[in-house]
Amino acid sequence: MSTVVVASEVSKRFRLHHDRSLKERVLNRRRAAATEDFWALRDVSFELAESTTLGLIGANGSGKSTLLKVIAGILAPTAGYVARRGRIAALLELGAGFHPDLTGRENVYMNASILGLTRAQTDRYFDDIVAFSGIERFIDNQVKFYSSGMYVRLAFAVAVHVDPEILLIDEVLAVGDEPFQRRCLTRIKQFQAEGRTIVFVTHGIDSVRQLCDRVIMLERGEVVVDGKPQEAARAYRERYAPSVDASDDDRGTGQVTITEVVTTDGDGEPKSRFSAGDRLGMAITVEAHEPVADPVVGVALYDHLDNLVYGTNTAHRGLSLGTVEGRCRLAIDFGPIPMVEGQYFVTVAVHSRDEAVQYHWLERHWSFKVFSATAEAGLVHLDPRITVEGV
Amino acid sequence: MEPPLPAPDAEPSGASPGREALPVTTGDLVRVNAPQRFLRGFGASVAEVWRFRELLVNLVRKELKVRYKDSVLGFLWSLARPLFLLAVYWLIFGKFLRAGIPDYAFYIFSGLVAWDLFGSTVSAATVSVVGNAGLIKKVYFPREILPLAAVGAGLVHFALQVLVLVAVLGAFRYDFVGPNLALLPVAFVGLVLLATAVGLLLSAANVYLRDTQHLLEVFLLFWFWLTPIVYPINTALDALGRSRVAGVELATVYLLNPMANVVLGFQRAFYKHVTVSDGSGGRITALYDASMGTYLARLGAVVVAGLALVWLAQRTFARAQGSFAQEL
Repeated sequence: MSTVVVASEVSKRFRLHHDRSLKERVLNRRRAAATEDFWALRDVSFELAESTTLGLIGANGSGKSTLLKVIAGILAPTAGYVARRGRIAALLELGAGFHPDLTGRENVYMNASILGLTRAQTDRYFDDIVAFSGIERFIDNQVKFYSSGMYVRLAFAVAVHVDPEILLIDEVLAVGDEPFQRRCLTRIKQFQAEGRTIVFVTHGIDSVRQLCDRVIMLERGEVVVDGKPQEAARAYRERYAPSVDASDDDRGTGQVTITEVVTTDGDGEPKSRFSAGDRLGMAITVEAHEPVADPVVGVALYDHLDNLVYGTNTAHRGLSLGTVEGRCRLAIDFGPIPMVEGQYFVTVAVHSRDEAVQYHWLERHWSFKVFSATAEAGLVHLDPRITVEGV
Repeated sequence: MEPPLPAPDAEPSGASPGREALPVTTGDLVRVNAPQRFLRGFGASVAEVWRFRELLVNLVRKELKVRYKDSVLGFLWSLARPLFLLAVYWLIFGKFLRAGIPDYAFYIFSGLVAWDLFGSTVSAATVSVVGNAGLIKKVYFPREILPLAAVGAGLVHFALQVLVLVAVLGAFRYDFVGPNLALLPVAFVGLVLLATAVGLLLSAANVYLRDTQHLLEVFLLFWFWLTPIVYPINTALDALGRSRVAGVELATVYLLNPMANVVLGFQRAFYKHVTVSDGSGGRITALYDASMGTYLARLGAVVVAGLALVWLAQRTFARAQGSFAQEL
């Protein structure tokens, strides 16, 4: 494996507050001098081997896009350097160079040449591009008459026909509807299969796990994690996920309140970090401030995308609490949890049997984490054994 | 938060069939945005522009297409404008004001095509980088492409204007064919070099100081009247006479204006006659009274100066372009 991209102590400084016109410069001479420095990148170094897929993650403003632009050559670093070899295409924006007054056909050629395709190549791919976009009938109409969906489809169709050795993709490609994203993903995988080197910026931790061989996580312009997607996804979640669980959805009549919820190892010991397949338990304390007849306590588990992973309540389990007054403790043993790595959120509710009255409802108020040693995708942790039986 | 990519319905990449090695990544590691030393690197920049020549051609085409998009006559407007101008000059200066020069419309037009190429190209080039901020911030290509595309579009219009001029000269049986036309290619090359150099320089300057484009308008107007296009050069030279400032003859300074030399070259090529009959028996000097050798020497000097200026402008541009994306 040979190296295709080298970044050596790349730093990028932006000057904020820049006055532009001569008048402003003369009038605000003193203030204009007071520019503020902002380091978007600081001493970023890495070497990227051929055919790797590198994911860049980090919070907004952490320098991901700046790094991509420095690699692409759009921005020059303030210090350090980037060296690379091979043809490069940067998909930082769909439809770069599209002009509303030109027809779809003319814009395809314009955009393709911006992305580094030769005219001969574009001629060859043209029918493919049009078919891919699905707007054959409108290809000779001016782009300003396109719907935004048609515009994006045409732009994307050109973008996926680029033929680089190094492909840089910004998160712009992560917008759009689901079929669109699916095509994006399929196409990225095809690029991978063809052995191209890919660097892409994303917020979606799942796409990192699915696509990347390597992940660099940036924070305030510095590399904080550089390693396997598994580690990086974990680090990302530990840093940024806690901000997610601050859900204050707390409602109910207040006749019964939920006073304590603790996740446990199933034997009553508090525990908040689990391995896939560990036992999960929960100790729930509710307090009735007046006698309440036959309340139902329910529990729901959500993943970080708000998918309901599991939900049950005392009524479903054929249990009646009778008339409750004062404190009431419940212990739940969920048994082994076959869940993939991630952070999960717990919703607990107390309501009447017919669900007409909600005494207390705490939405996503607690969380626990599950870690998995293997790379996997999806919602459920299975333990498959794969054998090869003849070739 | 961005919506994350959806979970794939296909297999995750870890389980995908072994990647076929693509023996594509070629060449040596090359430093991106290597610091530009002023004296070296012109050749590399030219090679880079050459590599992106298709983009250049596309940008020129786009510029031309967009200008007359949705108009019924479309490209014919490019021909109509110079024709109308020619008619106006003939009427106003030839008939109303009686400038004294016969075939005044041809006289003024032969100089004006040259100035028009210069003025319109430099104006368009100056705003080209700022006007394409969206592209600069999102795509890599040698930034020189943008002002060069303005030059390219200017050249197409210039070609059409010359076509109109030649057609009209022919239609009026004005005899312009002769050895004088040899001045044309030299003057043309000098003109294009000058326009390119000034365009490159100002397009970069305009990124840092937006006043450049407004200053340019005023400056071009000033420059236009300092160039013998509307009036015969002798009116200027006679007025300046032998007056000197700090020991330098003002007439010599006037003639240092490269655009004056280019325009003189065009006039001599098309209008041809240095002295012409004023219609009442006398003769007047319409053009710069010098030998063809002097003309050629002056134009040669313009070409050499133009080459030097293009080099200088490109190097300045190359030094400045690294921060275009963040300044825009």
